[in-house]
Amino acid sequence: MSEQLLQVKQLSARVEDTSILHGIDLNINEGETHVLMGPNGAGKSTLGYTLMGSPRYEVTGGEVLFKGKDLLAESADQRAKDGLFLSFQSPLEVPGISLRNFIRTSVEQRTGSRIKLWTFKKELEKAMEVLQMDPSYGDRDLNVGFSGGEKKKAEILQLLMLKPSLAILDETDSGLDVDAVRMVSKGVEEYQKDKKGALLIITHSTRILESLHVDQTHVMVAGKIVASGDASLVDEINEHGFERFL
Amino acid sequence: MRDNSEKTYVEDVDRSIYDIRNDEKDAYRIKQGLTPAIVQEISEKKHDPAWMANFRLESLQIYNEMKVPEWGPSIEGLNIDQIATYVKPNTRMSAKWSDVPEDIKDTFEKLGIPKAERESLAGVGAQYDSELVYHNVKEEVAAQGVVYTDMESALTGEYEDIVRKHFMKLVTPRDHKFAALHGAVWSGGSFVYVPAGVSVTIPLQSYFRLNAAGAGQFEHTLIIVEEGAYLHFIEGCSAPKYNVANLHAGCVELYVGKNAKLRYSTIENWSKNMYNLNTKRAKVEEGGTIEWVSGSFGSHVSYLYPMSILNGKGARAEFTGITFAGGGQNLDTGTKVVHNAPETSSYINTKSISKDGGISTFRSSVVVTPKAKKSKSAVSCQSLMLDDRSRSDTIPAMDIRTQDADIGHEAKIGRISDDAVFYLMSRGISEEDARAMIVSGFADNVSKELPLEYAVEMNNLIRLEMKGSIG
Repeated sequence: MSEQLLQVKQLSARVEDTSILHGIDLNINEGETHVLMGPNGAGKSTLGYTLMGSPRYEVTGGEVLFKGKDLLAESADQRAKDGLFLSFQSPLEVPGISLRNFIRTSVEQRTGSRIKLWTFKKELEKAMEVLQMDPSYGDRDLNVGFSGGEKKKAEILQLLMLKPSLAILDETDSGLDVDAVRMVSKGVEEYQKDKKGALLIITHSTRILESLHVDQTHVMVAGKIVASGDASLVDEINEHGFERFL
Repeated sequence: MRDNSEKTYVEDVDRSIYDIRNDEKDAYRIKQGLTPAIVQEISEKKHDPAWMANFRLESLQIYNEMKVPEWGPSIEGLNIDQIATYVKPNTRMSAKWSDVPEDIKDTFEKLGIPKAERESLAGVGAQYDSELVYHNVKEEVAAQGVVYTDMESALTGEYEDIVRKHFMKLVTPRDHKFAALHGAVWSGGSFVYVPAGVSVTIPLQSYFRLNAAGAGQFEHTLIIVEEGAYLHFIEGCSAPKYNVANLHAGCVELYVGKNAKLRYSTIENWSKNMYNLNTKRAKVEEGGTIEWVSGSFGSHVSYLYPMSILNGKGARAEFTGITFAGGGQNLDTGTKVVHNAPETSSYINTKSISKDGGISTFRSSVVVTPKAKKSKSAVSCQSLMLDDRSRSDTIPAMDIRTQDADIGHEAKIGRISDDAVFYLMSRGISEEDARAMIVSGFADNVSKELPLEYAVEMNNLIRLEMKGSIG
């Protein structure tokens, strides 16, 4: 059996005065791919942001172990250094920092060592090729003026470069056209297969899952995980929606 | 490995570089205050020609008649009776660093001036308190007929007529109270003359260092760029911090000839006890261009609005500025443009950052006279406030007196976004670094305009200012 990577026990969280998560339990082992589905407003994204350490969300109960460490005690940057990654649903635009320099700084922070310019350049080019991104995007300011699809590709580019142990993808496929979804899922597949990375994929639709191997599927409703199963659960939801869980 | 290199990067910008205070070994320090006797004494010490001696006394009279401006930051903490307006360092100006007294040379070494001179400048002037201690220009530049010297040598030597014709003609003593003060007690500064058609491909730089506590620095910079010529002039300023008020009331007059181009870059890093009441003005003839790049980081109070007078058809002004106001700072900066000929254009792009209760005000004035048909002006100012205690104001004024001018204005005031900080942190970047990155990024299009070593200095200053700003 693979090693335990993430253990979420009875996690509750709120934003301002509104409780959103009510006792979440979730275990993800190394290299596993989990899918988290559920209707709008169920708290799926909240779980992602809470795990990553967003200051918007306040943990009100429960605990989270990541690689055996108390994740909730750490700042967001430390969580990233430990190997956690979150692909944002709406990546922020940051003027004056090029995508390339941003990724390089992040990689150096994550690994704790300098990366040679040439090595970095090669690796970045390779990853951009997988995603069919124009190399000129490297020189552009981080997400500034990027289309929805380009922003999501840039997130997956960061995923490939940072090589985390666990990546949470928050609605990475939403609002993308068919081609963009294909590119993004190609990138995710690369991460899954070549980097042996674990995934928690938060999604409404199943398009991104078509080419990916899925170990477990969870359904979240009103801040609780109400059902878990294997990949076949995805097909069932595809056919019948969430009604049975409501 | 990484920690070490990161640390080195930060230590490079240790503020102690700017805060070196040398013991005052002045050859001469004038009595505090401002009287006709004191002004006459400065004239004598400086061997002024008679017209200049008179000019000083007339300026003093104007100073006494004029009121302190009431529309900007308070300058109540400044008492001219406690300011020594003239402090002569104990040395003569030399064209060799080896002649400069050890402690003064050491200060400039630490500020990186001789190194920059060797690597990337065509000439350097270094002023220490009221007088230049060093002035030198590369032979090949001098051979092109370019004159780069201190104002005193220009005034008392072969360029007296040119000085007389231009000195305080653009900025007259009647302009405002501190211009009058400047006219009365000015000392030091640089004189530059670039003959027609000559392109000075490497920049000249003057550095102004005020070491003496409770003193004023009143350097005068006069630059004439003749028809079709090009010059990039860089001005740097700094001072160590004292707990008494210091005053800087310099004056810069720039004459840009037909189809000539002058780029004037400044990075000002006065200490936070400084009142910086500086006046800069350029007159641009037909087809000429003035480009201002202005970084204001220091001083307790600043009033600074470089002005461009576009006086010939097709003349053009560009102003790129950044102001960083921290705790205890009230920086009122901006620019003025007068479009006084057809088809003139101006592009103003400023950024201001305030933190720790600092106040930053952007003030601009664009005047389009009836003569300026088909002129264009675009003003863009963006402000970033790093906390709730800081303040940022935008006061743009426009006076358009022709029908067919194309005038645009855009202002944006924002705060550092917590979501953006979290985004960067989620990639492994610490909160402090994330904030510094966002601020540097905000300033990026300005730092791109600065000469490389100044861009590095500016980014270092931002990092330094951002250090420990979390909480």
